[in-house]
Amino acid sequence: MNGAHDMGGVHGFGPVVPEADEPTFHADWERRTFALALAAGRAGQWNLDMMRFAFENRSPSDYLSKSYYERWLAGLETMLKERGLITEDEIKAGRSLGEPKKVDGILHHGNVEAIFARGRPTERPTSVTARYRIGDRVQARNINPSTHTRLPRYVRGRHGVIERVNGCHVFPDSNALGQGENPQWLYTVRFTARDLWGPDADQMFKVSVDAWEPYLEPADQAH
Amino acid sequence: MSHDHENDGDRSHLSEVELRVRALETALREKGYIDPAAIDLLIERYEKKIGPRNGARVVAKAWANEDFKQVLLADPAQTLASLGYAGMQGEHTTVVENTPNLHNMVVCTLCSCYPWPLLGLPPVWYKSGPYRSRAVIDPRSVLLDFGVELSADTEVRVWDSTAEMRYLVLPMRPPATEGWSEEQLASTVTRDCMIGTGLPQLPGVLPR
Repeated sequence: MNGAHDMGGVHGFGPVVPEADEPTFHADWERRTFALALAAGRAGQWNLDMMRFAFENRSPSDYLSKSYYERWLAGLETMLKERGLITEDEIKAGRSLGEPKKVDGILHHGNVEAIFARGRPTERPTSVTARYRIGDRVQARNINPSTHTRLPRYVRGRHGVIERVNGCHVFPDSNALGQGENPQWLYTVRFTARDLWGPDADQMFKVSVDAWEPYLEPADQAH
Repeated sequence: MSHDHENDGDRSHLSEVELRVRALETALREKGYIDPAAIDLLIERYEKKIGPRNGARVVAKAWANEDFKQVLLADPAQTLASLGYAGMQGEHTTVVENTPNLHNMVVCTLCSCYPWPLLGLPPVWYKSGPYRSRAVIDPRSVLLDFGVELSADTEVRVWDSTAEMRYLVLPMRPPATEGWSEEQLASTVTRDCMIGTGLPQLPGVLPR
């Protein structure tokens, strides 16, 4: 979606203000929200891409007025309610008001270390050959789905070069819609600042994004 | 809430969001969707156990041992896994090396992707509008916000973490540190220099 989360190149946010000796969390509700969101994911009712979409899928003013963990909380509540795990009345009451939904499982404390030390790799085996090789010139497609995508607006339509071929990975655009992992080749695509921002841009500056094959087309077919 | 009179006084100072998260947690627990001990372990893991000291050890090891550095750069996933620095949000990590002519910087313009096993959870500024918006259009001015001024002939390379690839910047080893132990070297490696918004800090030299 073309949402407020897609911030690359937007002006007006002001300076970056680092906080000295910053704590990991700034309030107890932040640490609990973080852990609840991770743990609730084990119920198997949504995947990471659906969760990211739940975090970003709100009006620009709402997105920008929320702090980071407020977005997590809002996204988590959305997922829980949409999947029928909990109701607004139950959150308001602070207790269960009905039978729980049957879920795939829960995160048991005995499994935390093993599960989080292993992580959740997104690379998948494939028999499909990668369309691009290192050094190929490509153009990022001009796509504007209203659903989840990981192709930021600032590279759409721009020309770049394949810098790395990273294997075949779960495709977020499909996965967020519940249409399966649909693994696609994933590339690191390098753009010059001038290709992104015009002739006045710093010549000694390049940016890369990680882009799945459906986000790209060969540069020579572009015109 | 009549069962809870004694705590009402305690709760009155809590913010709306604090109360809502407590209510949500209680409801989820009663439903049986969460194991409270797992919640405590997750918080402990990411608040106390995992942080930028992990990444600093890797950087120091790479500085001290050229063979290790080459293996780390060539096969970061395997190398980091063998050191125990893989796992959630670090499944596909790449290490990018700074040189006198090249300065690397990492951002996630779309959300907050960050190499958790090496650096812990990201600081607020990394997740904020100013950093996410400006890193990909004006990184030199972002670096100035951190007190880092690069020469105009140093190329800046920004890595936008738009997939599950995670990036760790391998900064340049500070001068005059020959013969230092890995532990001493690691003490110069700040979180920011592994994101690319800082430089290693020698003892006695205050960050600007």
